[in-house]
Amino acid sequence: MSVENLSMAKALNQGLRQAMLDDPKVLLMGEDIGPLGGVFRVTEGLHAEFGDKRVLDTPLAESGIVGTAIGLAMRGYRPVCEIQFDGFIFPAFDQITTQLAKLTSRHEGSLSMPVVIRVPFGGHIGAVEHHQESPEAYFAHTPGLRVVSPSNAHDGYWMIQEAIKSDDPVIFFEPKSRYWPKGDVDTSASGFPLHATRVVREGTEVTLVGYGPMVAMLLQAAEIAAAEGTSVEVIDLRSISPIDYEPIIASVQKTGRLVVAQEAPGFVSVGSEIAATVTERCFYSLEAPVLRVAGFDTPFPPAKLETVYLPDADRILEAVDRAMAY
Amino acid sequence: MSYTAATVQLLSTEGTLVTSDATAEYLPYIEKLTDDQLRDFHRQMVVIRKFDIDAANLQRQGQLAMWIPSLGQEAAQVGSGYAAKPQDHIFPSYREHVIARIRGVDLMRIIEMLRGLSHGGWDPKEHNNFHLYTLVLGSQTLHATGYAMGVLFDGVTGTGNQDTDEAVIVYFGDGATSQGDANEALVFAASYQTPQVFFLQNNHWAISVPVTRQSRTPLYLRPSGFGIPGVQIDGNDVLASYAVTSANLDAARSGGGPRFIEALTYRMGAHTTSDDPTKYRDIDELEFWTKADPITRMEKFLRARGEGDAFFAEIETEANDLAADIRHRTLALGVPDADKMFNHVYTEPHPLMESERTWLENYEAAFEDSAAEGGQA
Repeated sequence: MSVENLSMAKALNQGLRQAMLDDPKVLLMGEDIGPLGGVFRVTEGLHAEFGDKRVLDTPLAESGIVGTAIGLAMRGYRPVCEIQFDGFIFPAFDQITTQLAKLTSRHEGSLSMPVVIRVPFGGHIGAVEHHQESPEAYFAHTPGLRVVSPSNAHDGYWMIQEAIKSDDPVIFFEPKSRYWPKGDVDTSASGFPLHATRVVREGTEVTLVGYGPMVAMLLQAAEIAAAEGTSVEVIDLRSISPIDYEPIIASVQKTGRLVVAQEAPGFVSVGSEIAATVTERCFYSLEAPVLRVAGFDTPFPPAKLETVYLPDADRILEAVDRAMAY
Repeated sequence: MSYTAATVQLLSTEGTLVTSDATAEYLPYIEKLTDDQLRDFHRQMVVIRKFDIDAANLQRQGQLAMWIPSLGQEAAQVGSGYAAKPQDHIFPSYREHVIARIRGVDLMRIIEMLRGLSHGGWDPKEHNNFHLYTLVLGSQTLHATGYAMGVLFDGVTGTGNQDTDEAVIVYFGDGATSQGDANEALVFAASYQTPQVFFLQNNHWAISVPVTRQSRTPLYLRPSGFGIPGVQIDGNDVLASYAVTSANLDAARSGGGPRFIEALTYRMGAHTTSDDPTKYRDIDELEFWTKADPITRMEKFLRARGEGDAFFAEIETEANDLAADIRHRTLALGVPDADKMFNHVYTEPHPLMESERTWLENYEAAFEDSAAEGGQA
């Protein structure tokens, strides 16, 4: 067993490096990802190691990055694109949703699209407008895409490699607020399927489900709840599309209560989808309605208001209390 | 806009070769063509025009949801289509029916798409590198550029061997030149020096909007701002289209970087069968371009070279036979299995596809069961 204590940024870096060593067709493309190593340094050192043809500092055009990645994938490459910030993905939205997502279907299976699009996302970094958003629902709503988000360094290391191995396009949301906290990464493990929900803390009275940046917040809430006498189970979704429902269903059948939490606005969101599905599939197990904790349905506010906008442990516990009160 | 002093024309509207300083570098490409090749140029133009008119009729008769005419643009397409070598990759827009045919795509695949039976579906690898139609304007320019980047990274271009070195040609229209993607493609192509030709068919109309709304400068000048050489040709001249595209693809294959060709042509028909050009354009314009027709001048050229009536009768028969065959096969088309929807959304297994496919099967089966019960009662 080989365990290293790494930040998620470094774990992703090591995961990308391993994928590039494993397969010469893997190449990275994006803005400032070369000698600078990306604005979050996730690609640091890779340009020096692999050179210009494997690590491409592209022109500053997101649609161009994804559109040319599609062409490279048609040629047999496995491009990994970095979109610099969540709010900058929209110039590429057309290429992602009308081309990348549909090309395998349009080719009736003769063409696969092994393209990964890495997107640093979410709040808690105090940044200016367009730099703290959570646009995952747009992509989860699009047939043909897979959407995932790691919540810790170990998952980051393995999930980026699994995403690159996938023959389908994967939108890979990296929680900016989790880039720097360190965690143990077992690089000798054999990895795990890309779409595998994980129970990260066992409990008996309420199930909390989240993904990416919210998982740490859910664990914090569970700790406080335990001190107050409520046993909470925490589930890390890891995959937003498709969703591996079985562990969630099993948990809700046990606890009878579900709270879903996310940074993204709540209206027509991943949390809404989970609430609807769990209600359909666990109706007779539920002791309370499924509750959602989410960002408000406003544009992401100026940074000094982000702690009000973003769900924290208290907002999650408020929902836990409401669920318990039924 | 119409022809300018810069327009390269090799075959006049009278069917004679144009010899000048401007054509000198291109005429050798024509001199190398055999009689059979020249006949094929004409044959393809005549056959596709008949097919095109008949496909539009099929739409009017309710057999197709829509048709996208290529009427008037045959020379631009046939010439450039034949200029591509077998190893080259072709990224069409959605009007390049004759290039599909030249590269071995059964025209029924296009008919099926416009009847609502597929979204294209042919495998470019099995159709001489002719990629699928792209209906969102300009998107394919980036795919072509990315593909050309891959060709470059693979090291299979610029080696000096024109028989194996690869290049990419991408088709788009005057409307698409306003799209961000087309401009980003030019940026990426210039930046990476891709082995690629941008082939713009300026047919003067983006549905109802004239090209003057897209550009205040002749479009062949626009690539110079990106550092890419541009040339304007008479797109109704099949010989210019062939020779200039050949020269530019040769340059791209030789490591010369991307090139840009503006082919001036005219959409003689509607944008699609949903359109009504009488609402927005003058008959004078149509008359000008009728006199510049690509087929008429090529026939004059071939007759002057001694081609007789028998050849022209033969290709007319071929065109009629093809149109009849297409009509016959169109009327025989069925509807795909509903299952097809789920088959290739993803390459790898996906739980939603499986559960929704199963749900639909059970749902449909429930009707069959109740029909059976009803039959017994």
